[in-house]
Amino acid sequence: MILAVGSLAAMGTALGALLGIASRYLAVEENPIELELAALLPGSQCGQCGYVGCAQAAKALAAHEAPVTLCPPGGKAVAEALAKKLGVTADLSEHEEHVPSIAYIDESLCLGCLRCAQECSVDAIVGAAKQMHTVIAEACHGCGKCEPVCNTMAITLKPIPKTVATWYWPKPGGSVH
Amino acid sequence: MRDLILLIVGAALVNNVVLARFLGLCSFMGVTTKIDTAVGMGMATTFVITVSSMGDWAIERFLLMPFDLGYLRTVTFILVIAAAVQFTEMVIRKVSPALFQTLGIYLPLITTNCAVLGVALLLVEGKMNFIQSTVFAFASSLGYSLVMAIFAGLRERIALADVPRLFAGPPVGFVTASLLAMAFMGFSGMSAN
Repeated sequence: MILAVGSLAAMGTALGALLGIASRYLAVEENPIELELAALLPGSQCGQCGYVGCAQAAKALAAHEAPVTLCPPGGKAVAEALAKKLGVTADLSEHEEHVPSIAYIDESLCLGCLRCAQECSVDAIVGAAKQMHTVIAEACHGCGKCEPVCNTMAITLKPIPKTVATWYWPKPGGSVH
Repeated sequence: MRDLILLIVGAALVNNVVLARFLGLCSFMGVTTKIDTAVGMGMATTFVITVSSMGDWAIERFLLMPFDLGYLRTVTFILVIAAAVQFTEMVIRKVSPALFQTLGIYLPLITTNCAVLGVALLLVEGKMNFIQSTVFAFASSLGYSLVMAIFAGLRERIALADVPRLFAGPPVGFVTASLLAMAFMGFSGMSAN
């Protein structure tokens, strides 16, 4: 009885100590603010900020290496939320308010080169080589990544037409959050 | 040497942990949707099985057998396995954060993967010495990784196939698993000769 209890206790202590030592050497520096910042970003990994994805952008933000206005798809609302979280004042003087828009492909100009489809991070562009491409409106989040890669300027960002399904009450002035 | 080679082939192919002993089916169905994840899971489990079976062998030989504590076997083995899994988790988190994210919940669940405890109990049952048991554990887990990789490859192809709506998803996965298990039964003829 004593032997059983004692040996189990000894094993638990020894393994626990080993794990404790290992966790010292293998500790991963994880900044909790990074996770919170990543949650504020859109999370579509479009890469327009110049970082690989939203997690990397959040890391740069947490290290104060990037301005809070880095996220084009996020717009003013995300910049303000990020500024509030980081406790800095956002310089929004050069910010242009974009209306919600989606990519549109002018089919008479489309060559079927597939460049835009490869660029799209949400797979919103369908098409095959040498066939016209088109944009799936529900999937497109208007990041505008496809616009510069099009050689024939067939892609334009068009504002989403206001219909009963897409109209919302205007937000009250000032900060959204 | 010849015995060891026979042991390796027997543990990895003839008595494959997944397809012949039906251990570790949870992760076999769970993380085999992508081949990268399956290989990562196979490697993590290989490490855990090999390390924990070394520890389990030592515990069986120097603690449980001399003091006649056989009834503590399951508890102590699980203790060792849990510690090995925690260690593996730390290492993977440090070395490959991407793999850590894709494995997700299945990584701590290696603790309850019955293949890990199963291999340790088979070592005790087979009364193997240290080298035999380490080789047996490593070969068993290699067999596990092999089956995971094969099955993930199959499922990646099935994902593109036009499966009837009734069978789409997990059902066709189970059907494929059973066909794969039948193919592996072909190895059982090897032990007879």
